Amino acid sequence: MGKTLAEKVWDAHVVRRAEGEPDLLYIDLHLVHEVTSPQAFDALRATGRPVRRPDLTLATEDHNVPTIDIDKPIADPVSRAQVEALRKNCAEFDVPLFPLGSAEQGIVHVVGPQLGLTQPGMTVVCGDSHTSTHGAFGALAFGIGTSEVEHVLATQTLPLKPFKTMAVTVHGSLPDGVTAKDVILAVIAKIGTGGGQGYVIEYRGEGVCELSMEGRMTLCNMSIEGGARAGMVAPDETTFAYIEGREHAPRGADWDAALAYWKTLVTDADATFDKEVVIEASELSPFVTWGTNPGQGIPLSGSVPSPEDAADDVERASIERALAYMALTPGTPMREIPVDTVFVGSCTNGRIEDLRAAAAVLEGRQVADGVRMLVVPGSAKVRLQAMSEGLDKVFTQAGAEWREAGCSMCLAMNPDKLTPGERSASTSNRNFEGRQGPGGRTHLVSPQVAAATAVTGRFASPADLAR
Amino acid sequence: MEAFTVHTGTAAPLRRSNVDTDQIIPAEYLKRITRHGFEDGLFKAWRDDSGFVLNQPQYFGVSVLVAGPDFGTGSSREHAVWALQDYGFQVVISSRFADIFRGNSGKAGLLTALVDQDVVERLWALIESDPSTPVTVDLAAQTISAGDVVASFDVDPYVRWRLLEGLDDIGITLQNEADISDFESARPTFTPTTR
Ligand code: SF4
Repeated sequence: MGKTLAEKVWDAHVVRRAEGEPDLLYIDLHLVHEVTSPQAFDALRATGRPVRRPDLTLATEDHNVPTIDIDKPIADPVSRAQVEALRKNCAEFDVPLFPLGSAEQGIVHVVGPQLGLTQPGMTVVCGDSHTSTHGAFGALAFGIGTSEVEHVLATQTLPLKPFKTMAVTVHGSLPDGVTAKDVILAVIAKIGTGGGQGYVIEYRGEGVCELSMEGRMTLCNMSIEGGARAGMVAPDETTFAYIEGREHAPRGADWDAALAYWKTLVTDADATFDKEVVIEASELSPFVTWGTNPGQGIPLSGSVPSPEDAADDVERASIERALAYMALTPGTPMREIPVDTVFVGSCTNGRIEDLRAAAAVLEGRQVADGVRMLVVPGSAKVRLQAMSEGLDKVFTQAGAEWREAGCSMCLAMNPDKLTPGERSASTSNRNFEGRQGPGGRTHLVSPQVAAATAVTGRFASPADLAR
Repeated sequence: MEAFTVHTGTAAPLRRSNVDTDQIIPAEYLKRITRHGFEDGLFKAWRDDSGFVLNQPQYFGVSVLVAGPDFGTGSSREHAVWALQDYGFQVVISSRFADIFRGNSGKAGLLTALVDQDVVERLWALIESDPSTPVTVDLAAQTISAGDVVASFDVDPYVRWRLLEGLDDIGITLQNEADISDFESARPTFTPTTR
């Protein structure tokens, strides 16, 4: 019987397989950031173990870094200590690091692909759940905990129990104005935040193949919000074209060998998935979340749901709680809800294409009075690229703030936060209570919807502006 | 990790059930960047109370914790295990442990000995009447003996094996170092490095 893409990548990395034991899997790339690594390095020190393959390890500073005045010391002592610990650990264990202010610094999941380090068929791990992003290249990429970070540092392997496989097929081309973000929000609304538990999702179908690498990364990034451990897209010409020529891409004969191998990385026609989900592209439209988990989303044209619509008591209670926290009244059209803050950035939507999309909407327009808009590139490189295209001017002329690279307002770990009660339209991936700051109210949207919302001050799509 | 065969030490009775990991160590300690030194956060909310068992001089220096049922529920934080170990505990005895806590304990080398609640009650009575009673936990024999209390306990066979061998996950993996080296030498030349 044939194999799925995920199974092919898994099988190619088995170092040891023994009856009654988890498979020992080799890890091709280990990405490290300041939040989940300090204890792992500390434990290595205590046990006298070295980092086995510093040359397959890469660190960057992202979660805690400020996005303004980056030449000044980090004000928050906890954040500063984490960043300083990372610098000390990387120096001691010889791990390459891109510190704040360096040309390659950025969000760990933006940095890997942009350097050409994320390639098809690889295993990629990081102490961060959104490692699933790298699956866009046909890599098996997933987040790990701190003791697993230690394990990979020491052995470059991980003992793992196999995942189940799920296919999410998007039939047909995406309608105009529908982005990868809308697709994944619709997928999560359909399968639920626990629907992917225990699975690696492979996204397939025209609606997926037609996406750019940036779009595929957005899609795979949020697999975790559907409960899945990882998301993947089979590599194709789009993938190869993205990688070719990047700093760490194979060259010459290596490129030819790599390409020949990468082309085998597709799910065989006779392979079976443990679960299959089908989405009709023609039924998709711009999406927005109304509640406090990423599964609580609806089309922008919809209205705030009512607890009455719930299928059972558990769901009713969850809707009631979400509405109370979000301060929303059932039946209110989403387009009438005003926002205070718009955030464009994060490892979900902080890449160059996302900034271009937001800038295209803002060009010649103004951010509404009383709305604060933050545009935060996913990496220093994305920032430079955007500036070379003049996008920073578009943003600042529209009245938005143009920032340095980092996780920023995706999570309340650095100075960029919502204040209690503030409402945001955010291109990030989590709308949990307090995620963007205590008491903050987050609505997840695409960069296009974020920009249009900034202009009107209420949830809107670019099409609404044209009208 | 040090091998665990037989441990003898004094014990503290924790007459509470459903002690969740947030009670074992509160979230504020999760911001720390070290792997050790969590003893000051252990049972933080109770440590200011002079009546709390660990604050009573007769229980200073204990290494065995005899806890009520459903110990270690709640958030999966590994810090809960570290805090118990940093404080000096080598064994926790209870009639019910939360799964994730138990898994984390096994990985870190803290023995969670599962016994009937009736054994817990007898141990409580014993160590409360004479806190200096030595409690001996024999992992090979899977028995606990203290005064006139002798009981067997349950432990996951795999966890038992690794504790007896003194192997942590990394130690176990490194036993197969030759396999890892073999795999590495066969990796295609086109796979990237970060240098
Ligand atoms: S941008 Fe957000 S989701 Fe992505 S790595 Fe940073 S904090 Fe995590």
